[in-house]
Amino acid sequence: MLIELENIRHIYQLDDPVVALDGVDLGIERGEFIGLIGHTGSGKSTLVQLLNGLLKPSEGRILFEGKDINSQEVELKEIRRRVGLVFQYPEHQLFEETVAKDIAFGPKNADLAEEEIDKRVREALDLVGLDFESFKDRSPFNLSGGQQRRIAIAGVLALKPEVLILDEPMAGLDPAGRRKLLELLRHLHRDIEMTIILISHRMEEIARLASRVLVMDRGKIILEGRPAEVFNERERLKDIDLDLPVVTDILKKLKEKGLKVRTDVFALEDARDEILTALEKQSQFRESRPC
Amino acid sequence: MLTDITIGQHIPGSSIIHRMDPRVKILITLLMITILFFIDTFIGYFLFLLLVVIILLTAKLPIKRVLRGLKPVFFLVILTLFLHLFLTRGGEVIWQWRFLRIEEAGVFTGFFMVSRILLLIMFTSILTLTTSPLELTDGIEYLLKPLARFGLPAGELAMMMTIALRFIPTLLEEADKIMKAQKARGADFESGNIIQRAKALVPLLVPLFISAFRRADELALAMESRCYRGGTSRTRLHELKLKSTDIYLFLLAAGLAVAISFF
Amino acid sequence: MSQIEMQGVEFSYRDQQDKALAGVNLKVEKGEFIAVIGANGSGKSTLAKMMNVLLVPDEGTVTINGLETADPDNIWQIRQQVGMVFQNPDNQLVATLVEDDVAFGPENLALPPEEIRQRVDQALETVGMDGYQSHPPHKLSGGQKQRVAIAGILAMMPDCIVLDEPTAMLDPIGRKEVLETISRLNREENITVVLITHFMEEAGLADRIAIMQEGRISRTGSPREIFRDTGLIAEAGLDVPEVVALANQLRQQGVSLPEVMTADELVNSLC
Repeated sequence: MLIELENIRHIYQLDDPVVALDGVDLGIERGEFIGLIGHTGSGKSTLVQLLNGLLKPSEGRILFEGKDINSQEVELKEIRRRVGLVFQYPEHQLFEETVAKDIAFGPKNADLAEEEIDKRVREALDLVGLDFESFKDRSPFNLSGGQQRRIAIAGVLALKPEVLILDEPMAGLDPAGRRKLLELLRHLHRDIEMTIILISHRMEEIARLASRVLVMDRGKIILEGRPAEVFNERERLKDIDLDLPVVTDILKKLKEKGLKVRTDVFALEDARDEILTALEKQSQFRESRPC
Repeated sequence: MLTDITIGQHIPGSSIIHRMDPRVKILITLLMITILFFIDTFIGYFLFLLLVVIILLTAKLPIKRVLRGLKPVFFLVILTLFLHLFLTRGGEVIWQWRFLRIEEAGVFTGFFMVSRILLLIMFTSILTLTTSPLELTDGIEYLLKPLARFGLPAGELAMMMTIALRFIPTLLEEADKIMKAQKARGADFESGNIIQRAKALVPLLVPLFISAFRRADELALAMESRCYRGGTSRTRLHELKLKSTDIYLFLLAAGLAVAISFF
Repeated sequence: MSQIEMQGVEFSYRDQQDKALAGVNLKVEKGEFIAVIGANGSGKSTLAKMMNVLLVPDEGTVTINGLETADPDNIWQIRQQVGMVFQNPDNQLVATLVEDDVAFGPENLALPPEEIRQRVDQALETVGMDGYQSHPPHKLSGGQKQRVAIAGILAMMPDCIVLDEPTAMLDPIGRKEVLETISRLNREENITVVLITHFMEEAGLADRIAIMQEGRISRTGSPREIFRDTGLIAEAGLDVPEVVALANQLRQQGVSLPEVMTADELVNSLC
């Protein structure tokens, strides 16, 4: 087990204390792609900030490769390098004069050698699909919103994290920007075998990408499983006001009306084929038994 | 999670002091501060202190909070006391050790000055404790209005204060978020010497300033699109209206002030 | 006379070579709900700012209820008639209390306090935020903040509201709240709505959609007409809603389907 959470509670000590996490147990294996869903205030953001030690749990332990990350023997800087966290609107953290310098911030803090830093910057830019030569000396502030977002993500990728956590990375992007970012996540997971935790409100994205889905509500994980399992629980999700992926919604409704379709496919093409096959069978069935 | 901070030190309440017109409160405070500088007897200071205590009790303010407000001036108070003790000359010599000498006048002036500073701070903190920043802004705007004739942009100043109050929690929250984001990239804000720490703040301050400018830009547009054209010829939802109690209280305060200054 | 008329509008920002608007022609009728969609950088926001005199065209004309925006004498009247809601809910709320924020517009119009009070309460009720009068805005959710911003516009009693990606920074619940509010205002108060967005599902709520591409409006039509043309949408760097995409794919495979916009419509036409 790569990361383990044992009975985590987290309370924000304000004038009225807020219980953000209320007894969370969770294990994350290397190579998983976890989709984390739930409404604002359900505890998602708190949870991911605990994973790289930005917050310390009020109760419970967080183990990374079996070691408590908040104990003396573990260096937090090391954890933060291995567990990369991309915040919401990460472009708001850009600060350097040039793109290359900004991406180098993380590797520099990790005290890497000059050549290594340079290599990391190139690789990170390459990963997010921006050309090193034409972007390295530009000011990050003169780029488009989508490009800024990718540079900010490159800044985290340059740390070569084993786990990459992204909090609503698609927010505010237009469809083209969103598609590019989804492609990047798919690539990082499949080809580089990064462990990924993605927070998103878009059920379609979660259903199509994640190997496991966690549903949070009021500080607890109330549902977890493969996308097909979680999105099968329409009523439970409806109770906490979460939608189904559009495709799942359609397939389920078709099934209720008697069309024999599977409801555990999420890609448009698969749904199309599923419907076509079912329609064909249905018409054959009708033909073989003329009224 | 810095959003829960309170701005200023306002403690909401419904006492007669809380409900007073902010303009009257500001004027009374100014008056009392002036009087404080004319008092030159211990009886006078004692009476003034008595007045402060009565107001504190009427406003149901926790004495602890008021005393905590004195903390920042503690050093100033001690310094004033010692300077006067050792440097003000006059009267009998009370104590002497080599070149250090304390004379009677030094003791008197020292304690006068200290009382003056402490009472001044206490009285002004009554104002800020019982008046919300919003009322304070409104009050100041009204009181400055006559100066608009001499080119003082009272309305704009008040607008700026309001916007500052509105955006302090937002920017604090943002600072917290940026700090965390940079920490996630290995930034270290906590260790090193002063120069290293100051340097470490760059990745926090640059994005924070950029964001503040962006917000200012967008806010300006939003204000313009809602027909804002400077402080002139605006009306207000909350008009300050003098109540009769405000006038009575003002007269009472003025009377007390005169009375105290006789001692 | 249309409520908003744009004719050959061109505009470039000082520090940029490409024209942000390169000849826009658009008419919006009183009471209409029109969605303007387009990729980032297509000129949507610039177009929105033209309607509220935050920008004035370099070439061409923009008239609002017959008033030309290029005439400085018309500015304040137009801004009262056309309200504007921006993307970031935080950066358009000016005051430390909800009611003071909603009062900001009417205060600028120099209305008497009693009338301001009445308008503020009325506007907050219309957007479903009655009872929040003395809340500080920074403690509200994103959707609530946007509704307060809309109330601030309503209190100025405009004929038309222009919303520049009002839901881009909101979560699904906030988005729903805001969209329901907008639709209701259009339906019940007969307020003209111009909704700038890149969420196709939102555009589907409008009476009419205008697609923006490289500073021009490349096409206008009803949502059904627009979504049918997948090629056009892809060319503009956009996506059709999932339901429509699935329907289009089925149609390509020979399934005969009418135009569908919602999951239920698709399900009902399939069996």
